[in-house]
Amino acid sequence: MKKLLLASAASALMASGALAEEIKLGIIFGFTGPIESLTPAMADGAELAMKEVSDSGKFLGGSTVTPVRADSTCIDAGAATAAAERLVTSDGVAAIVGADCSGVTGAILANVAVPNGIVMISPSATSPGLSTAEDNGLFFRTAPSDARQGVVMAEILLEQGVKSVAVTYTNNDYGKGLADAFQAAYEERGGSVTINAAHEDGKADYSAEVGALAAAGGDRLVVAGYVDQGGSGIVRAALDAGAFDTFHFPDGMIGTKLEENFGDEIDGSTGQHPGTDSPGAAMFQELAGDAFDATSPFSPESYDAAALILLAMQAAGSSDSQVFKDKVMDVANAPGEKIYPGELAKALDILASGGDIDYVGASAVELIGPGESAGNYRQIVIEGGKVTTAKYR
Amino acid sequence: MDFLNAIVALANYLLIPGLAYGSQLALGALGVTLVYGILRFSNFAHGDTMAFGAMVTILVTWWLQSLGISIAPLPTALLAMPFGILATAALLLATDRVVYRFYRRVKAKPVVLVMASLGVMFIMNGLVRFIIGPDDQRFADGARFIIKARDFKAWSGLSEGLALRTSQVITIVTAVVVVAALFWFLNKTRTGKSMRAFSDNEDLALLSGINPERVVMYTWLIVAALVTVAGVLYGLDKSFKPFTYFQLLLPIFASAIVGGLGNPLGAIAGGFVIAFSEVTVTYAWKKVLTYLLPADWAPDGLVQLMSTDYKFAVSFAILVVVLLIKPTGLFKGQSV
Repeated sequence: MKKLLLASAASALMASGALAEEIKLGIIFGFTGPIESLTPAMADGAELAMKEVSDSGKFLGGSTVTPVRADSTCIDAGAATAAAERLVTSDGVAAIVGADCSGVTGAILANVAVPNGIVMISPSATSPGLSTAEDNGLFFRTAPSDARQGVVMAEILLEQGVKSVAVTYTNNDYGKGLADAFQAAYEERGGSVTINAAHEDGKADYSAEVGALAAAGGDRLVVAGYVDQGGSGIVRAALDAGAFDTFHFPDGMIGTKLEENFGDEIDGSTGQHPGTDSPGAAMFQELAGDAFDATSPFSPESYDAAALILLAMQAAGSSDSQVFKDKVMDVANAPGEKIYPGELAKALDILASGGDIDYVGASAVELIGPGESAGNYRQIVIEGGKVTTAKYR
Repeated sequence: MDFLNAIVALANYLLIPGLAYGSQLALGALGVTLVYGILRFSNFAHGDTMAFGAMVTILVTWWLQSLGISIAPLPTALLAMPFGILATAALLLATDRVVYRFYRRVKAKPVVLVMASLGVMFIMNGLVRFIIGPDDQRFADGARFIIKARDFKAWSGLSEGLALRTSQVITIVTAVVVVAALFWFLNKTRTGKSMRAFSDNEDLALLSGINPERVVMYTWLIVAALVTVAGVLYGLDKSFKPFTYFQLLLPIFASAIVGGLGNPLGAIAGGFVIAFSEVTVTYAWKKVLTYLLPADWAPDGLVQLMSTDYKFAVSFAILVVVLLIKPTGLFKGQSV
C-alpha cells in the first residue's frame, strides 16, 4: 500500500512538469577488444556529464537522462552495427555518444545513425576519412582528425627552420594517414620530404630501413610510429648507425618509454601530441574525483561529447535529433559565455533563457569544418633526456 | 674524399650489419643442417629452440646482474650462455626421448617427423611466451660501442659516420670460434667421425658398430650449443622478442638449403649469401652513387631495388631459384 502511494506520488510529481520525460542516451564504446582498458574511463566521463545534467533539474523542463551502454568491440563492424541498431530500435535512445574506433564509427554512422536520423558524437575516432563521410549533419567528434596533426606538425618543423625531412611511418591506417597528411601539408608550405617509407612493427632489426632513410637524407627524421613498437627500433638503429641525430615525434611516440629508451641521446628532438593547458582539464579531474581516472585518454573528450549533445538539446528545446543537430556547432563555439566542466547547470540556465554559450569543457572544444575538434596540441622538445613542454598550440 | 665517404657508408650500412647478420644465420643454419644430415628431417622447431636458449640465458643474465657479477666491458650474457646451453640440451634430449625417438623406432617417413617438429615448435613457442612473455626484453649490458658514429666523424673528418657495436664484433668472433670448433670436432674426433659416417650411410654405420642413439644424443647436444649461441647473439645484436625468432626460421632454412642441406660448409656460405642479398637488394644506393659518380650524374631517386618491407621476399626468391636450378644447393648437399 505504502509502495503504491509512493509510486503514485512520484508519477504525480513527474506529470506536474509539463514536458518532463526520461531521455535515453546511447554510449557505444569497445568495452571488449583492443582498447578495453580505456573505455571504462571514457564511459564514466560521458555518464558524469549526464548525471550532472539530470541532477540539475533544469534540463528540458526537469527531464532526466539515462545512459544505455553498448559494446562496439572497436574492430568488428558487424557486431557494432547490431549493438547500435539495438540502442536505437529497442532502447529508443535520442542520440549516441560514440563510437570509439574509426572503423566501427564509420560503420555505425552509415548503417544506423544516418538511416534512423540519430545524432552521433564520437570522442575518439580520429581517421581523416570520417571528415568527408556522408552524415546529413548528424556526425560530430570531439577528437581532432589525424589530418590536423599533420598540419600542426608541418607548422612546427617549418617554424624551427627544418626544410627537409625523411619520414617513416608504422604500416597501418594511423601511420599512413598521418604521414600522408604531414607530407601534403609540409610540401604545400615549402618543405621537402626526401622519403616517405613504411616500417613494420615487431621486427628485431631496423638497420635496413634506416639505411634507406639515411640514403635519402634530411635534416630530421619524422617517426610516425609507436614507442612500444617499431618506432623505438627505428630510432635506436638510426642513432647506432649515426644516420640522424634529431627526430620529430607525433603522438604515438611520446611517452615515458621514450625517455627510458633513449634519455639524452635524442636531445634537441621535437614532437607534439594532443593536449591542452586549458583549465578545463584540471576542473574535469577535480569533478571526477576518485570515481574514475579522469586523465585516461579520451575520458575528457567523452564528457564533452555527452555534454554537447545535452546542451544542444537544451538550446533547441527538443530531444529530437533532426531538430537539435543544427545547434551542436552553436553551443560548442563562440560567441557566448565560456562553459567549463561542472558548470553545465549554469549553461542550461543560460540556454533556457535564450542566451549563448561557448562550450569549452574538459578538452577545450572548438568544432571546425564538418563538425570535428580543431584539436589542441602540446609541442614538446627533449631536453636533458626529458620530455619538456615548449608551448601549447 | 668522396671515394672514402662511399666506402665508409657501404661499410656502415652494408658490410658490418651484413657480416653480423650472416654469422647469426650461419650458426642457425648449421644446426638445421646437422639435424637434417643425421636425423634426416627438417626441424621446424629450430627458431623457437633458439628463443628458448636465449630466454634461459636472459633469465640467468638477470640473476647474475642482480648479484652484481659482470665481465664489463663484455656483456654478462656471455657468462650466462653455458647455463642456457645446458638447459636447451636438457630440453632437446627430453623432446627427443618423448617425441622423435618413437618415430625413429617405427621408421616413420621424414614428412611425419617434419610434422612432429611442427607440433614441437608450437609447444616451445607457448613455453617461451609462458615463461618470459611475448614482449621485447633488454638484457645487453657492458660497452655498447667500439666505434661510435659521431666519434668516427670527428676523428676522420669524413661526412659519413662509421659505427661498430660491441655486439657485432662479439657475434662475428664467436661465430668464427664456434664454427672452427665444430669442424675440428666433426673431422678429428672419433665421435665426430662416427656422426659423419652415420650421416653418409646409416646402414653401413650400424654395421660397423656405431651406436645410433649415441650419435643422436651428440647431435642434439651440439645443436643445443649452436642454437643457444645463435639465439643469444641475435638477441644481443638486435633484441629479444619470441616472435622474431619464429620469423627467423625462413632465412635460416633458406641459408641451409641454398648452401646444400646436410653440408656444414654450405650452411655457412648460405648464411652469408642470404644475409648480403637481403641487405644489398633493399639498400638505397643513392648516397653511395652520389659520392662515386660525377656531380651531374647523381641520381634523383633512391636507387632502391626493393622496399625494405620485402626483405623476407628476397630469401624466398633465392630459395625458389636454388631449388629450381640446383636442388642440392651451392655446395653439394642432399636434395630436399
